[in-house]
Amino acid sequence: MNRVGKQTFVFNNLPRIIGNYCLVGPKEGKGNFKEYFDKISEDDLFGQNSYEKAESRLIEQTISNAIENANLKPDEVEVMLSGDLMNQITSSSFAARTLDVPYIGLFGACSTMAETLIVGASLVDGGFVHNAVCATGSHFSSAEKQFRYPLELGTQRPPTSQWTVTGAGCTVLAPNKTGIAVSSATVGKVVDWGVTDANNMGAAMAPAAFETLVAHLKDTNREPDYYNLILTGDLGKLGSEILIDLMETKGYKLGKNYSDCGQMIFSNNQKTFMGGSGCGCGASILNGYVLKRMKLGHLKNVLFVATGALMSTVSAQQGESIPCIAHGVVLKGDKDNV
Amino acid sequence: MQDLERNQKYNAYISSKMAKTKPWPSLFHAFWIGGLICLIGEAIKDTLMLIFPTMTMENAGLWESSILIFLASLLTGIGIYDRIGAYAGAGSIVPITGFSNSITSPALEFKREGIIFGLCAKMFVIAGPVIVIGVVASFIAGILHLIF
Amino acid sequence: MFELIMYLKVFLVGGFICMLGQILVITTKMTSARILVSFLLLGVVLQVAGVFDAMKEFAGSGVTVPIMGFGYSLAKGAMDGLTENGIMGILTGGLTATASGIAVAVVSAFVVALIFNSRTKK
Repeated sequence: MNRVGKQTFVFNNLPRIIGNYCLVGPKEGKGNFKEYFDKISEDDLFGQNSYEKAESRLIEQTISNAIENANLKPDEVEVMLSGDLMNQITSSSFAARTLDVPYIGLFGACSTMAETLIVGASLVDGGFVHNAVCATGSHFSSAEKQFRYPLELGTQRPPTSQWTVTGAGCTVLAPNKTGIAVSSATVGKVVDWGVTDANNMGAAMAPAAFETLVAHLKDTNREPDYYNLILTGDLGKLGSEILIDLMETKGYKLGKNYSDCGQMIFSNNQKTFMGGSGCGCGASILNGYVLKRMKLGHLKNVLFVATGALMSTVSAQQGESIPCIAHGVVLKGDKDNV
Repeated sequence: MQDLERNQKYNAYISSKMAKTKPWPSLFHAFWIGGLICLIGEAIKDTLMLIFPTMTMENAGLWESSILIFLASLLTGIGIYDRIGAYAGAGSIVPITGFSNSITSPALEFKREGIIFGLCAKMFVIAGPVIVIGVVASFIAGILHLIF
Repeated sequence: MFELIMYLKVFLVGGFICMLGQILVITTKMTSARILVSFLLLGVVLQVAGVFDAMKEFAGSGVTVPIMGFGYSLAKGAMDGLTENGIMGILTGGLTATASGIAVAVVSAFVVALIFNSRTKK
């Protein structure tokens, strides 16, 4: 079997990354990684007349560009895997409608980038497809409208809140012989430690990242320092601190090789409190920053753990706490560097 | 099954971990913006009674709140009220202008779903409780007045 | 009219009430809607207790501009309605007194929402 331990898949045929792309909005384009994003859009409506349509266009454009980057023609795409934060993941489905490719929709909230990579790598490794297009994205305004408040409402953001990233990332996998490989992945379980505050996502998601990370390290019999970089999706400032503490309770030390996309993406003077969040957060940093550095050989062994909060707008009002999930994906740099 | 004891410990740990933000700046912001809005209201009332000498105090009061409500609605549409709110917090929520903003902002936001099903249907998504509780409470007040 | 002392009282009392609201925001993580309802009820209670009129004499807009004033109008309207129209007045009084406020809010929101569009926060 292609697995090890209790939750980890091993991709013995090493699906490789043959193309990738990321596109972000204006605010993200003024953040810490502006030189790494493939494109920064100045118009956060992306030419559309609603934020939901903008999010769909954002995801669709990112995927189109990734397909081109992979030297594929659109009709050669054998499966598109995508998801987002909108009800019924309409942003992804409408993008799939435009792109006209076989489509599998996934929902993992902000863990979707890792989720699509896991399913995509499995399909490629198993010989079901010649290529798999793995994508996700999010949009600040559509997320605020669905989960929080109307944009023009005069409220103060609590200090533990995070800023949903307007951005999308896409990675194309194929059974090539060279290139950055997806070597293994750990599928997370739903973890809920009773956090009810929807304005404190980092604290809600940290236990999920913790349990997946521990499961991965146990399954693979590795220590955290095996990796050049362990990157969580959007735990934010508080969430990252909590994760470091939780890992210590199991005897694992997360040192300088640990970072969090949510903390990284926005600069301090952009007033985002705990940092960025959303599917697009991990997706844009992974596809913009991490893969570029891996192609240059600066990073060789990366563990990407995307975390997602799985509540709905209704569940919180019904008194439910916030169940979360985290999926881990191991990326291995190619010695011959593509 | 959820581990209740672990959850409780975890929530206590989170509370201890969260940096205690200094409340003073935001309290001061709420104070002076809230006070200023009330001041503007009083000035409007006085100005009206000056221009229309025969206007009763009661009517001037109604005009005062109407003008404040309209101004807040306009500022919401222009996109300024949310910035005032981010700065002043309760200083912009508590005055009647906050009520107006909470009606105009969802109407604005949900316009994309059409005028009837979006703008109109969602207008009271935040302020609805104010109307409902207000009417219920006034009814109870009337009943109490009847009894006592 | 236009007395400095009155303006000072309006500013200080109004500001103080809003500050109380901010304390609620910080300590209880209340949202907009809950704060609006809490202060509304406070106004109703103060009117039923018979003290709001005195507060209004003292600080004018400092107590009527906060949403407490809306609660006061609703309660007073119902109570006056009882006096003027009997039991039916309990039902008609509250909303009649606040009709102008609600109507302006609805009409303004309708017109403003038709003309303008919401914009992303920076």
